[in-house]
Amino acid sequence: MIENIGIEKFVILSTLMFFIGVYGFLVRKNLITILISVEIILNSVNINFVAFNKYLYPENLQGQFFALFIIAIAATEASVAIAIFVTLYRRIKMIDVENVNKMKY
Amino acid sequence: MEIFNITGIIPIILFASFLFTGLAGGRLKPMVSGITGTLSIFIVTAVSYYTAYKYFFEFGKAGNEYIKIIPFNLMWLQFNDTLFINMGILLDPISVMMLIVISTVSLMVHLYSLGYMKGETGFARFYSFLSLFTFSMISLVISTNLFQTYIFWELVGISSYLLIGYYYSKPSAVAASKKAFIVTRFADLGFLIGILILSYITKTFEYTTLTDPNGSAINQGSSVLFLGLSAMNVTLILIFIGCAGKSAMFPLHIWLPDAMEGPTPVSALIHAATMVVAGVYLIARLFPLYIFSGADALNVIAFIGTFTSLFAALIATTQMDIKRILAFSTISQIGFMIMSLGVSGYGDTNGLGFTASMFHLFTHAMFKALLFLCAGAVIHAIHLNNLNEMGGLRKYLPVTHITFLIACLAISGIPPFSGFFSKDEILTAAFAKNKLIFTTALITAGITAFYMFRLYFGIFWNKEVKYDKTPHEAPKTMTTALIILAVGSAITGFIPFGNFVSSNGVPLESHIHFEIAIPAVITALVGIFVAYIFYKKENNLPVRVSSAVGGLYGIIYRKFFIDEIYIFITKGLIFRFISGPVVWFDRHIVDGTMNGIAFITNLVSEKIKYFQSGQVQQYAYVMLSGIIIIVITVIYILSNL
Amino acid sequence: MLIPLLIIPTITIFLILVCRSHKQVKVVSAAGMALQLIYSIYVLIEYLNLRSLGNIEEMLFVQSYQWFESFNIYFTVGLDGISASLAVLTAIVTFSGVLATWGLEYRVKEFFISLIVLSTGVYGFFISLDLFTMFMFYELAVIPMYLLIGIWGSGKKEYSAMKLTLMLMGASAVLLVGIIGLYANSGSGDNLTYNILELAKLNLPLDVQKFLFPLIFVGFGVLGALFPLHTWSPDGHSSAPTAVSMLHAGVLMKMGGYGCLRVAMYLLPEAANELGWIFIVLTTISVVYGAFGAIVQKDLKYINAYSSVSHCGLVLFAILMSNKISLNGSVIQMISHGLMTALFFALIGMIYERTHTRDINLMGGLMKTIPFLSVSYMIAGFASLGLPGLSGFVAEMTIFVGAFQYSDTFHRTATIIACASIVITAVYILRVVGKLLLGPVENKDYLTFRDAFWNERAVAVILIIAIAGIGIAPLWLSDMITNSLNPIILKLRSF
Repeated sequence: MIENIGIEKFVILSTLMFFIGVYGFLVRKNLITILISVEIILNSVNINFVAFNKYLYPENLQGQFFALFIIAIAATEASVAIAIFVTLYRRIKMIDVENVNKMKY
Repeated sequence: MEIFNITGIIPIILFASFLFTGLAGGRLKPMVSGITGTLSIFIVTAVSYYTAYKYFFEFGKAGNEYIKIIPFNLMWLQFNDTLFINMGILLDPISVMMLIVISTVSLMVHLYSLGYMKGETGFARFYSFLSLFTFSMISLVISTNLFQTYIFWELVGISSYLLIGYYYSKPSAVAASKKAFIVTRFADLGFLIGILILSYITKTFEYTTLTDPNGSAINQGSSVLFLGLSAMNVTLILIFIGCAGKSAMFPLHIWLPDAMEGPTPVSALIHAATMVVAGVYLIARLFPLYIFSGADALNVIAFIGTFTSLFAALIATTQMDIKRILAFSTISQIGFMIMSLGVSGYGDTNGLGFTASMFHLFTHAMFKALLFLCAGAVIHAIHLNNLNEMGGLRKYLPVTHITFLIACLAISGIPPFSGFFSKDEILTAAFAKNKLIFTTALITAGITAFYMFRLYFGIFWNKEVKYDKTPHEAPKTMTTALIILAVGSAITGFIPFGNFVSSNGVPLESHIHFEIAIPAVITALVGIFVAYIFYKKENNLPVRVSSAVGGLYGIIYRKFFIDEIYIFITKGLIFRFISGPVVWFDRHIVDGTMNGIAFITNLVSEKIKYFQSGQVQQYAYVMLSGIIIIVITVIYILSNL
Repeated sequence: MLIPLLIIPTITIFLILVCRSHKQVKVVSAAGMALQLIYSIYVLIEYLNLRSLGNIEEMLFVQSYQWFESFNIYFTVGLDGISASLAVLTAIVTFSGVLATWGLEYRVKEFFISLIVLSTGVYGFFISLDLFTMFMFYELAVIPMYLLIGIWGSGKKEYSAMKLTLMLMGASAVLLVGIIGLYANSGSGDNLTYNILELAKLNLPLDVQKFLFPLIFVGFGVLGALFPLHTWSPDGHSSAPTAVSMLHAGVLMKMGGYGCLRVAMYLLPEAANELGWIFIVLTTISVVYGAFGAIVQKDLKYINAYSSVSHCGLVLFAILMSNKISLNGSVIQMISHGLMTALFFALIGMIYERTHTRDINLMGGLMKTIPFLSVSYMIAGFASLGLPGLSGFVAEMTIFVGAFQYSDTFHRTATIIACASIVITAVYILRVVGKLLLGPVENKDYLTFRDAFWNERAVAVILIIAIAGIGIAPLWLSDMITNSLNPIILKLRSF
C-alpha cells in the first residue's frame, strides 16, 4: 500500500512537523513543551531519513539505521533533559525557560 | 729562544698565588697569605732580572739592534684565518724594562704591606688582589698582540677597582672604586673601538706585524678613510683615549685622586708606579704606528700631555690631603711622559723623546712609589692625611724623612738624583720639537719642585704638632722597602738608558744637555726656595698669597670644577634625561601599548557580552534567522550561476 | 642517541608522581636532572668525538619517525654544535634550578613536574629538526610557565603570568603562520615538508621570503626580548620564583635566539639580507635601551630583567650581522648569558630569602654578613660587564669583532652604539654591587644571616665553574660552534 503514496507526501509531513517543532521551540515557555517540540523536530528528521531511504536507495539500510540512532539519542537526551528540569524545579520551583538565564555573561 | 721559556712561569706563579690566597686564604692564618704572595713575587722578580740580563746582554741583540723575541704564543680564541687572539710573551726592550719596574715595585709593596696592612681584616684578600694585579700587569706588558693587551688592560682595571674598594664598608671607598672603574671603562670603550677598527684595516692584532716600520699594516693603513678623516688617525686617537683613561690624562683624570681611598701600598703600586703608566706603555708599544701613520694623533697626544702636566701641577699646589697631592703629581708626571712621546721622532736622536719617556717612566716608578710608601709610613705613624694637621715629623721618623727627601729631590730634577736625568732628556726632546711645549714643561718642572717641597716641609718641618700618641718609625719590613727604593731613586739616573731602550731598537748614546739642564735645575731650585720661604716655618705667607689671588685659588682648589662638570653630565643629564625617560617610556608607552591592547580587548568583550542574554529562545531565533539568511543567499547564488 | 634526552625527564616526571614526601620529590628531581646533565655532557663528548673522526655531516645522530602522515609531520631529531652546547646549557641551568628550589614547601610535586615539563620542552626544541615538532616543543615550554609564575610566583603574579603567556602566545601565533607558510611553499602536491634540512636546500622566491621572514623573526624575537615586544620580560622575571626565572632568562630566552638563527636566518637568507636593517635598528635599540633601563631600577630582578633585554638584544644583533664571527659570538653570548643570568637569579632568590626585600635601596653591606653569596654575585656581575676571564667577555668581543667586519656607515654606527652598552652595563652593575654588597651594614638583623647552604653553594659553584671555564679556555667552544655554522654561512653568503 505504501507504493501508492508518493515521496512528496512524506516530505510535506516532515516539513510540517519540523516547523511545528520549531514554532513550539520558539514560543512556548514551558521547558517540557520545548522538549516535546525538540522531539517533534527529531522525529520529522526520522521520517525524512526513512522515506528517502525507502524511495531512493531501497537496497541500502543506512537511513533506517540513522533513524534508530536518532531515536536512541532522543531518548537519552530526553532523560538528561528531564533530569535537569527536575533539579531545576527543585531549585527555583518553576520550569519556565525565561527564568533559566543564570549562565548569561 | 728557549732560554726565555722560563719567563713563562711568571704569570703562572702569580695566578697560582692569586687563586691560592683568594680561595684558601680566608681559612689560613693571615700571615700565610702574606708570605705566599711575597715569596711568589720574589721568585717573579728573580726571574724578571734573569730575563732582563739574558735579554739585554746575551740574546737580545741581532747585530746592532734589539729585536723582538717571542718565546711562545698560544692560540686563545680564533675569529677567522687572520684575526685571532694569542696568549704569549713578547720580549723587547720596553717590555723587559717594564718587567723590571713592575716586579721591583711590586716586591717592595708586598714587603711593605706585610707591616703596613698587619692586623687589617681581609689581609689574605689584600694579598690575593695584589697577586691578581701583578699577574695582569705583567701579562699586559708582555702581550704579543693588541687584544691580549686589552684583556689584561681590563683585568688591571678590575684589580684596581677591587683594591681601591678594599675598605668596602666605607662609602667613600666604594664610590671611588666605582668612579675609577667607570671612567676607565668609558675610556676603554674608545680603546676597544680603536682596536676593532685597526684590526679591520690591518687584518691583524699582532704587534710584530702592526709595528713593523716596513710592514703592510703601516703602509696600507694611511690610505683608508673613515668618516672623511684618515682612518689611522681616528683609530690611533681612539686608542689614545683608552690610554688617557688608564693614565689619567685630562679630561679623564678625575678618578685618580679619588682612587687614593685605597690602602696606601696600593696607591704606590697601582696608582703611581705601574698601572697608570700602562697608557704610556701602550703608546710606546704602538709607537711606529703612531709615527708613520698617525702624525696628527701624535700631535694631539703631545698637547694633551703638556696641558695635563701643567694643569695637574697647578692643582697639586693647593691640595691638603697628602695622598691627593701625590696623586696630582703622578698625573702631572705622566703628562710629561705622554708629552715626551708626543714630541718624539723615530730613530737616532730624533727618537730621544721615546727614550726619555721610557726613562722617566722607569725613574718615576721608583721615586713615586717611594713617595707613596713614605706617605704611607707617615699615615701609619699618625693616622692623619691632612697636611694642616701635621708637621715636625723629622724627629720621629728619621728613615722616612731621609728617603722622602731623596724622592723629592729626584722628582724635582736635582742632580745627581734619577729624575734629573730623565727630565733633562724630556726637556731636550721637547725643545727640539716645539718651544711652547718646552716652556710649559719648564714651568711645570718648577711648580713640581715647589709643591713637592711644600709637601716635604709641611710634613717634616713647619709647626710642631702635639700628637695624641708619640709617632714611631715604621717596622723593619716597611723601612727596608723604603731604603731600597731610595737607593733606586738616587742612582738609577746613571743607567745609560738609551743604550737599552730606543725608538727603533738601535742603541742611542745619551749625554747631559747642559744648555737645557742648567735652566731646568735653576727653575727647580727657585721652586724649592719658594717652598722653603713659605713652608719651612709656620707663617701666614701662604694664606696671604692665596687670599691675594682669591678667586683663582678657589678655582684651582676645587680642581677647576671638573668633578662637578662630570657629576652634572652623569647625574644631571644621563640619569635624568636618558635613563629616567627610557624607563618612563618603557612603562607607559611600550608597556602601555601592550596593556592597551589587552584593555581594548577587555572593553570590546565587555560591550558585546550582552548578546549573551541567557534566553534560550532568543538564541534560537537568532540561529533560525541566520540559517534562513544563509539558505536564501545560497539559493540566490546557486540560481544565478 | 638523542631520544633519551626527552625520555629521562619523562621518567623523572613519572617517578615524581609516585613520590610520597617533599624530600623524595626533590631528591628524585635532582637525581633525574643530574642524570640528564651527565647524559647531555656525554652526548656533547660523543659529538666532539665524531667530529674529530672527520664526520662532516651537518647534523649528527639524526633520527626520524613519522608522526602524522598526511601533513608530512615527522619527529626528526639531530644535533650540531650549536644545539649540543645549548642542550648542555639547559641541563646545567635546570639542574642548578632544581637545587636552588630546595627550600620549597608549597605544592612541591606539582612545581617540580611543571619545571621538568618545561625543561623537556626546551630540550625537544633544541634537538628538533622538524619545524612542526619544534613548534610543539616551544608551546610545551611556554605553557608550564603560566602555571609556574601564576601559582608559585610573588608580587603581582597573576598579571605577570597572564601578560607573559599572552604575549608569547601571540608571538607563537605569528610564528605558526610563518611556519605553515614555509611548509606551504616547500614544494608542490604531497612533497611538502617541515624538515629544516630539506627546507634549507630550497631557494624560496624573494617575495615569499620577504613575507615570511618578519613573521618568523618577530615570532621568535618576542621570546628573545626584541624591542618593543620585551615588556613581558621584566614583569615575568620579577614575579617568577627563583628556578623559573633562572630557566626562563637562562634558557627560554635562548630559544628565541636559536629560532631566529636556525629558522629565520638559515631558511630565509635572502630576506634576512634585505630586511635585516629594520631588525638591526630594533636590536641596537634593545641593547642600549635595556642597559639604560637597568640603570635606574630599584628591584634586583627588574635590573636583571632589563639587563637580559640588553644582552639578548646583543644576541639578536649578532645574528643579524650574519657573518661567521658574529654568529659564533651570538651563540657564545647565548650560552654565556644563560649561565650568568641563571647565576644572577639564583643569587637574587637566595638573597631575597634572607632579606625579604629586593629593593636595593633597603639593603647594604651584605659582603660582611654573607660573603660567599656576595662574592658569587660579584662574579656574576663581572661576567655581565664583560670582564676577561669570564664568559661574557669572549661572547661580547666575538660579537663586536664580527660586527666590525662591515665598513659601511650604517653597520658601523649600529655597532658602535651597541659597543657603548658595555659602559652602561658597567654603570648599573657597579651601582648594584655598591649598594647591595658593599658599604656599611645598616640593618642589624643582617648580622644574623647564615651564609650559603650546601645546595646554594653547589648552584653557585657549578655555574661559576662553567662561566670561568668558558672565559678562560674559549677556543674549543668557539671552534665547535664555528664548524657548525658553515652551512648557515654558506646559505647566507649565496646572495
